[in-house]
Amino acid sequence: MIKIFISIGICLSLTFVHAVDIPLEFEDVAQQQRYQQLLEELRCLVCQNQTLADSHADLAQDLRSQVYTMVSDGQPNQDIIDYLVTRYGNFVLYRPPLNAYTVLLWFGPFILLIFAFIVVYRLAKSKKVVDVKLNQEDHLAVSKLLNQSDTNNQS
Amino acid sequence: MLKYLIPLIVFSCLVILFVFGLQNDPSIVPSPFIDKPLPQISLPTLSDPSISIDTNDLKGEVTLINIWATWCIPCRQEHALLVDLAKNNDVKVVGLNYKDNRDDAMKWLVSLGDPYNIVLFDEDGKAGIDLGLYGVPETFIIDKNAIVKHKHIGPLTEENISETIIPMIKELKVTPLNNGLNTEK
Repeated sequence: MIKIFISIGICLSLTFVHAVDIPLEFEDVAQQQRYQQLLEELRCLVCQNQTLADSHADLAQDLRSQVYTMVSDGQPNQDIIDYLVTRYGNFVLYRPPLNAYTVLLWFGPFILLIFAFIVVYRLAKSKKVVDVKLNQEDHLAVSKLLNQSDTNNQS
Repeated sequence: MLKYLIPLIVFSCLVILFVFGLQNDPSIVPSPFIDKPLPQISLPTLSDPSISIDTNDLKGEVTLINIWATWCIPCRQEHALLVDLAKNNDVKVVGLNYKDNRDDAMKWLVSLGDPYNIVLFDEDGKAGIDLGLYGVPETFIIDKNAIVKHKHIGPLTEENISETIIPMIKELKVTPLNNGLNTEK
């Protein structure tokens, strides 16, 4: 019984070791928010669909601590972003700047949307209702058919 | 006629797009350092912590910079190729040991062979960040003016070496050294 308790104790202590993440200290709430916002804006290069805030990759931890150091030093956001962009390129930004390379990225979806509207508009236009002149014989034939289907439905 | 042609055109566009998408590896992020000077870094050497090497010291020779670590399995995979490359070609090979343990790294070089002229030791990974490193191994080729000409992410293969690395080194070796007049751009 004691052995079981000891082993449970060891297991629990191990989980504690894993759960402990060094808590970061900030001068004020604004600084902490700035740190969080920056991490949400920056992409982890190892797991590319995660932000630096989400990623558990080794590099993401290093970059987080770098961002933390720069934030605590009171460096402006733009400097921190520039620091990472010079090293990793615009790819680290979740919102890449608008330039010749990214024009298609920013406006491509709108161009496709306009294109889709044009296609839908033209399709709708081509299926215009055409007014066909009917003579008396046609009217008779139609009413005959309609009556027929009525009787069919009733039976 | 046009009715049949339009879907065909749309389909061919999609095929082109998909083929392009298949050949394009999104995990490879182009380096912002290509055709720019190698960032200035100063690091101790692996074998002797008291000796420090500056990346400015690399000017004057075409250099291959290989970033590796003993905990990195693909590094082991490419290591034999680097040993071969260094043995059979006249090129300066500089290693950068990234976030590693000195003793482990020294043992690795003894048991697997040492292709490096110098190995720099980046214990905390700060220099790695300065180089825009995100997945070891990575390999840079710099020209005589220490301008980055090529970056390879991930392990080198025999094909990479024979088709890209060696031709590029040969080409860069014949381009004359610029005496620092136009290097700063």
